[in-house]
Amino acid sequence: MPRRLKIALGLLAALVLIGALYFPALRKRLQARPERTEEQARREVTQPPIATPTDVKVKAKIFWASANTSGVLEPVEVELALSADPVQRSKQLLRTLILDPPTPAQRSLPADVALLEFYLLPDGTGVADFSDTLATATPSGILSEQLAVDSITRTLAANVAPIRRLKILIHGQESETLAGHVDLTGFFAVNPAAAAPAAPTSPPAKAPSGGLTPPAAPGKLTR
Amino acid sequence: MASIFAAASAQQQQLPPAPPAQNPPQAPSPPAHPTLSVVVLDPAHGGVDAGARGPSGVLESEIVLEFARAARTELERQGLRVVITRQGNDNPTFDDRAAAANSQRGAVFISLHVSSNGPAGIVHAYSLPPAAAAPANPAAPAERPGLLPWDQAQRAYLGQSRRLAELAQIQLAQRFRGTPETPATAEVRQLRTVAAPAIAVEVSSVAVGDRSRLAQMAPALAEALARAVTAFRAVYEAGAK
Repeated sequence: MPRRLKIALGLLAALVLIGALYFPALRKRLQARPERTEEQARREVTQPPIATPTDVKVKAKIFWASANTSGVLEPVEVELALSADPVQRSKQLLRTLILDPPTPAQRSLPADVALLEFYLLPDGTGVADFSDTLATATPSGILSEQLAVDSITRTLAANVAPIRRLKILIHGQESETLAGHVDLTGFFAVNPAAAAPAAPTSPPAKAPSGGLTPPAAPGKLTR
Repeated sequence: MASIFAAASAQQQQLPPAPPAQNPPQAPSPPAHPTLSVVVLDPAHGGVDAGARGPSGVLESEIVLEFARAARTELERQGLRVVITRQGNDNPTFDDRAAAANSQRGAVFISLHVSSNGPAGIVHAYSLPPAAAAPANPAAPAERPGLLPWDQAQRAYLGQSRRLAELAQIQLAQRFRGTPETPATAEVRQLRTVAAPAIAVEVSSVAVGDRSRLAQMAPALAEALARAVTAFRAVYEAGAK
């Protein structure tokens, strides 16, 4: 066999050996990469970061599941840029609660859930409208559903003083339960002591008969 | 606020008259039933709603039915009459289940659940927190004096429900390792419309690989519930005097 052919065959064998060693690692990396990118892309669309002119860096208390005790929430101090506007501030906090748990095991809300909108009524009622995923991906059960709701209400209570109580909607609709157990038809206490607006001094205007009219002091939704 | 009203029981007429409209409404007192004689067991879910599903195919709706059957035997042994809100794989509404209790005199209501996740073999008892049974607008006048709004039916029984949950949790802690000794409160939809002392009991979890691990818990669970109800009977009947 000519010497050149021997060298070529030797080089080829070396290349095959290197390829055989490198290929599984390359395959693993390729499999992992699209998943991460897809999740990142989805988050960019569904939960874009919220920045407002009044953002100030503060240490916020976020309530995630405890790393040590099952079924219990634990506050974690996180440095966040939070808006002075309570609606934007609530959105920023809930976004962090959903997306940035310290570890996957401490997640209290499903990873894919999106906060679609947040409103604050003049009487201190917050309305959080979540995507369907909150109902479909929260583990069914009293403990897990109550933990999910408590993580929302306690995070808001610790960081957004004007919210007196919270209504949770699923895709714009009132849902009877979160995932079969916890009641979503009522309101959850957030900061019960938050000042409710003073009662109107004059009686509301009487609605003309035969028609539906908004109340005299309309409950304008703050977006 | 829902405007559906129900006479929660024949004895609702014994309630004190509703306060004047300008005063904030107080939680009504539970009507006095002299004896506790009925236990309404509510195996949650059923029918198309299987409840929690384990990775190995364990269904909450099937396990809770087994728990209810075991508890019925134990409670009947204590001389109590037992009503089960579903006998097979059907799914009564929340209100149908509540009505099964609200049409009884001297009853307690126990809703049985199995969680999706959590450490295996732990059992929690829950009663409704006070805020969950409160009217959405406390300043609103009582809609009809002498009747109990269906959606606040549990309001008059919160103290008794809490006590029943405490007694149940003590019994459960003695039988299931890792189970806490004090009960929790949770805004369980099923409990809100029950006009009787009412608790939910949740066992963890359908995540166990072997279904028999949950089934093996049934006798101890039944015994714990029967003992708790028996202990509660004295509290209940003392309160009725």
